Amino acid sequence: MVDPIPLLDIQELSVEFRTRSGVVHALENVSMKVHRGEIIGVVGESGSGKSVSAMTAMRILDPAGHVTSGSITLGGLDVLNASEEVMQKTRGHEASMIFQSPRTALNPIRTVGKQIGDVLKRHGNANRQTVHEMVIKALNTVRIPDPERRIHAYPFEMSGGMCQRIMIAMALSCQPELLIADEPTTGLDVTTQAAIMDLIRDLSKERNMATVLITHDLAMAADYCDRIVVMHAGHVVENASTKDLFAAPRHPYTTKLMQATPQGDGALDDIASIPGGLPDLRGDLPPCRFSARCERFEETCNTSLLSLDEVSPGHFLACRRPL
Amino acid sequence: MFGNEKFKMIVGRLLQAIPSIIGIIIVTFVLTRALPGDPAVYFAGPAADEKSIQEIRVSLGLDKSWLEQFWIYASDLVTGNLGVSVSTGQPVVEELIRRLPASLELTFLALIFSLAVALPLGIAAATRPNSWIDQLCRIVVTAGVSLPVFFTGLIMVYLFYYIWGVAPPPLGRLEIIYLSPPPVTNFYTIDALLDGDLETFGAAFAQLALPAITLGIFTLAPLARMTRAAMLQVLSSDFIRTARASGLKRSTVLYTYAFRNAFLPILTTLGMVFSFMLGSNVLVEKVFAWPGIGSFAIEALIVSDYAAVQGFVLAMAILYVLLNLTIDIVYTLVDPRVGLDG
Repeated sequence: MVDPIPLLDIQELSVEFRTRSGVVHALENVSMKVHRGEIIGVVGESGSGKSVSAMTAMRILDPAGHVTSGSITLGGLDVLNASEEVMQKTRGHEASMIFQSPRTALNPIRTVGKQIGDVLKRHGNANRQTVHEMVIKALNTVRIPDPERRIHAYPFEMSGGMCQRIMIAMALSCQPELLIADEPTTGLDVTTQAAIMDLIRDLSKERNMATVLITHDLAMAADYCDRIVVMHAGHVVENASTKDLFAAPRHPYTTKLMQATPQGDGALDDIASIPGGLPDLRGDLPPCRFSARCERFEETCNTSLLSLDEVSPGHFLACRRPL
Repeated sequence: MFGNEKFKMIVGRLLQAIPSIIGIIIVTFVLTRALPGDPAVYFAGPAADEKSIQEIRVSLGLDKSWLEQFWIYASDLVTGNLGVSVSTGQPVVEELIRRLPASLELTFLALIFSLAVALPLGIAAATRPNSWIDQLCRIVVTAGVSLPVFFTGLIMVYLFYYIWGVAPPPLGRLEIIYLSPPPVTNFYTIDALLDGDLETFGAAFAQLALPAITLGIFTLAPLARMTRAAMLQVLSSDFIRTARASGLKRSTVLYTYAFRNAFLPILTTLGMVFSFMLGSNVLVEKVFAWPGIGSFAIEALIVSDYAAVQGFVLAMAILYVLLNLTIDIVYTLVDPRVGLDG
């Protein structure tokens, strides 16, 4: 069923940002694997390192960000050591990424048709004659009505949902094997959210793509993902199949996240907030970065380095006092 | 390039400018007369007595009431007659036609020079913040705004003409041994080219080079600074990240995506710089004895030459209107979100 060799393999990745006010340890020993045909959800609150992991995998991190250790393999390519030229050819071709707020993520003064055409021409799939036809085909794939007219539209003439479809069309136009969707439905209304997510799921299953869905919405991840990676303050704290995770969450943070997620039939009072905030990622941090917010914390928790261990088949956990 | 709709809007914009031009005519008329100094006294000379001053005043029509004077001025204006400059004895229209192209030619070349330097410099500085080229940009910008034009001009003349002898003497548009080319546009360089006279073109261009660079160094600063700031802002925007994540070439990301967006604020700055240049290149014109409109206006103002000052201000007002319209049209071509009616 699943290919034994993962398409995207992130191993022990550490990233830090050198800023004026000190070094920010944004990621520490982050590992995750994504196979073809699989949708992985990366969840966690804002600032937990979800997007940084994704951008590092695409190598489009801000120049202030530095990889200090670890490795990333994408379909046999050593991402961290590849030349910039190779990476440019890989992006949009083998690996694509879509972003939140689609209306600002598209060039405001270029027609959407031209923007999709730029990607198609860049990766050698289209020339002047065929580009129009291929753009129309890409627009049809994402179920945009009346593509012949939309091709000449500017992003400001379209709704947010339409713009996100354009983004998806652009990302998928060159048949990538990996799709990273970074909060693709943030800023869209609820009905559009479902339509966009259905589209992403259908297309990734249809094409047997490896898909990474970055979200802070655990309920959405539960609906669409095969496996969920929970991140907190630059650490992966738990990594399990969706079924296992929801049946028996082991990490205290995961359970807190679940309690903080609204249920369809629950009352508003049932939603619990997680006490405290993310720790300051500058300077020295304890082995467990959740310890300051954790109810189960004991002195033994931070005595030695913590690692992500397989506690049951396919279920990984980084906690000394799991549930 | 323009549809019928766009043409209509352009005509509409021109019509909208008429009230402001009428306002400018009235204000200039009143202001010139409110200035201290009596032209009749000036032209009568130091030895004149009360009687001859009065005669001159009558001959200039200055004995009439302001309303009467304005009526005469306005009705002349309708026929295209801007009056006669009393200091040069020439009709103001002829003076303007002769001098305006000299200033425009200088301004355009200065603008081309400063764009050619400022845009690459600003882009390079924005793509490599805090590198040596960014520092260079900073130095050039600081030098450009802090060195007065007459100082740069004099240094240029001193170095290139006096010390190294590579530039022609800074005495007007063409050295005395050359004949001015047959007038078509009154831009000497263009007219010489149209005439096929490369030698005169070279001579006219050599005369232009130093004043244009002097003026260009001054206008370079705001342009380079705006280019850097606009590029920095655009380069950090979401759609540039999208373009990079799509694997587009660096040059495509930089020029097709980033620069075209950054061009909008640059264009606004360009308009401001251009109008600023037209009015204030009088210092450069003085240093290089350039027979332009700026030196004409200053001389006219000193001797209270009413017709000349009014003609100058009117010509400037019309130029500003045309300039703003041109910039607005270019804006609509670059940015689809902007309409001409806005």
